[in-house]
Amino acid sequence: MSRHDISLTVNGTEHELTVEPRTLLVDALREDLGYTGANVGCDTGRCGACTVRVDGDAIKSCTTFAVQTDGASVETVEGLADDGDLDSLQAQFQENHGLQCGYCTPGMLMTADTFLQDAEDPSRDEIREAIEGNLCRCTGYHNIVDAIEDTAGLAGQSQ
Amino acid sequence: MHTKEFDYYRADSVDDAIEQLEAHDGAELMAGAHGLLPRMKTGEESPPALVDISHLDGLATIDRDGDTLSIGALATHADIAESQQLKQHSSALSDAAGEVGDLQVRNGGTIGGNIAHGDPRSDPLAAVLALDVELSVQGPDSQRTIDADDVFHGAYETAVRDHEFVTGLGVPVQDDAVSAYAKRRNPLSGYAMVGVAARLRLDSDTVTDARIGVTGVADTPFRLPAVEDALEGESVDGDIVEEAAGRVEKAVDPSELRGDSQSSGEYRAHLLSVYTEKAVTAALNRAG
Repeated sequence: MSRHDISLTVNGTEHELTVEPRTLLVDALREDLGYTGANVGCDTGRCGACTVRVDGDAIKSCTTFAVQTDGASVETVEGLADDGDLDSLQAQFQENHGLQCGYCTPGMLMTADTFLQDAEDPSRDEIREAIEGNLCRCTGYHNIVDAIEDTAGLAGQSQ
Repeated sequence: MHTKEFDYYRADSVDDAIEQLEAHDGAELMAGAHGLLPRMKTGEESPPALVDISHLDGLATIDRDGDTLSIGALATHADIAESQQLKQHSSALSDAAGEVGDLQVRNGGTIGGNIAHGDPRSDPLAAVLALDVELSVQGPDSQRTIDADDVFHGAYETAVRDHEFVTGLGVPVQDDAVSAYAKRRNPLSGYAMVGVAARLRLDSDTVTDARIGVTGVADTPFRLPAVEDALEGESVDGDIVEEAAGRVEKAVDPSELRGDSQSSGEYRAHLLSVYTEKAVTAALNRAG
């Protein structure tokens, strides 16, 4: 069985690791590097709990082999807060009670954070479409959409 | 969940990728891996080696070249859904790319792999048929093109051979054409339960040429000549669209359509009629 030495920059920190070709990115992050923010939910590419950013794009890390991302810049939910201070989106999830059990939250945050980088003043329909690939089994979508909408509104006010 | 073990090679050129395919028996190309990886997890496919082409330069571009829009095989569904050139000249393909999976899947999956993988529920395949897209393919000794009508042979079976590499797509630019894609989404998988792409060429309000491509309905994407014939030569005013779509149920045999927990073959035949009407109507609405 072949093994491959790869390097990943996660939230700005460079890591060297050795992986089997079949190691999924989410497992490399969680098991090898200790970034346990990205969760494994369905493990079939549907639920989005494993969403991270690779070179700026939100992707599902259970549907990506780690070896494919050799040399890439990866951002996980651990990179959102600044030394323990929640970022604006996280604060709005807290404010709006945009989570119940919290299992989907890291993926929701990474998808929403990526969406908000390009979306100005998104409608609620656009927000729901953006998080189509993230399932909340507590079905708390309403408050999640509130949180994303309020984050966009606050960003608009501060510009 | 782990897949079976496999060897991994990262290609540094198209030629290198083809050499790796030849050197490793049963090897498959991998770009986004969004078709292949889920099937490797379930054990439906277990290639002994994967050749990673996702890092090759220059294959993700979308450029106009005379009367053709050339799309590199590594363009993602997100790239295609957002391309202004494609929205203007081949809206059925933009529509279909925007219907693939979800935001994250569209960022990962690539168009060349999507076509070569040949999942019979995949959205862009209907647009490939309707827009008469030509595939560019490179093999060990030669390059060739494959016409849209010759690409799909069955579920996960295409005209792309074992040691061939889909390098790109050519979409004809026709100033007299309008197109659209309409879909009933499988609520579980997000794939097309029924997906219809319609492309019409118009002379004033008369349809001079029609192509209808269908995905999600059978083991192979297919066209609907009965509907195309009913539209061609007709003025788009009046009840022509409804009448043309009404021919669907006689043109297909429900026992040969996909039946699953979401929909029987009979229901798919009905949906196909409904979504054919939606796709043709949406295309005509773009004629302004």
